[in-house]
Amino acid sequence: MHIELLYWEACPSYDLALQRLRELLAERQIATPVRLIEVTTQQQAEQLRFPGSPTIRIEGQDLFSVPDGPYGLTCRVYRTDDGRVTPLPTTEMMREAIDGILREE
Amino acid sequence: MAIALETKLIPFALKGTDEKEYRPENYGGAKVLGVIFSCNHCPYAQAWEGRLIEMQRDYAGRNVQFLLINSNDPAKYPDDSFPKMQRRAQEKGYPFPYLFDETQEVARQYGATRTPEIFLFDERRVLRYHGAPDDNYEDPGAVRQPYLRSAIEALLGGKTPPMTETKPVGCTIKWR
Repeated sequence: MHIELLYWEACPSYDLALQRLRELLAERQIATPVRLIEVTTQQQAEQLRFPGSPTIRIEGQDLFSVPDGPYGLTCRVYRTDDGRVTPLPTTEMMREAIDGILREE
Repeated sequence: MAIALETKLIPFALKGTDEKEYRPENYGGAKVLGVIFSCNHCPYAQAWEGRLIEMQRDYAGRNVQFLLINSNDPAKYPDDSFPKMQRRAQEKGYPFPYLFDETQEVARQYGATRTPEIFLFDERRVLRYHGAPDDNYEDPGAVRQPYLRSAIEALLGGKTPPMTETKPVGCTIKWR
């Protein structure tokens, strides 16, 4: 299994996203290490199809579906079920997304 | 580096989304004046936006005035362009002026680095609080330390804010 967290250093919440991701993986007894990828340039962002920080992918699939671009160095906007904007997905959002991807496999 | 506590307000003149020019000295009657660096595109700014709107409305009758400033380079972040600022101010019903720091000079003078970043001045226009709006960008219901609101209450009561400086949390200002 390939698990990646892509981040841009200028967005401060990626470490909290990583912590949540690791806790959720541990809950599921998934020992696969999370590969951290720092995105530092616009060119790299486009190559990696990086919609913003943080972005989490399992087997190349984004935990949260995104339109085709734009890609770039930015902080990613997430929306909770009740419509709030947040700079990183909540634990519950991540739990549902991970379970959804695992069910597909 | 941000200006230090107890620094006097640095004057500026910036165009608002209503095309009018705004200066802090236009609000001489305000007992508390908040100069707040913000923007459209940043999720941290968006997450706190509703709370800033609510605070401005709550305190409007008590001579508290916020001035929101967007200093981001719209060439790099088109969502922060002046027309997009105008649209956002209208859509969200901003109860405060939303100003465009096109040259980025005001952000540089204040030493602002993040959005949002608060500089709160008292009646004498001395900086009394600098930092984040509160301690939880994710969930307004989970806030434990309402830094800005507490600082406003303290200043209105002639007291020192319980927290005078916190780390600004948010997106970096996008320099040219």
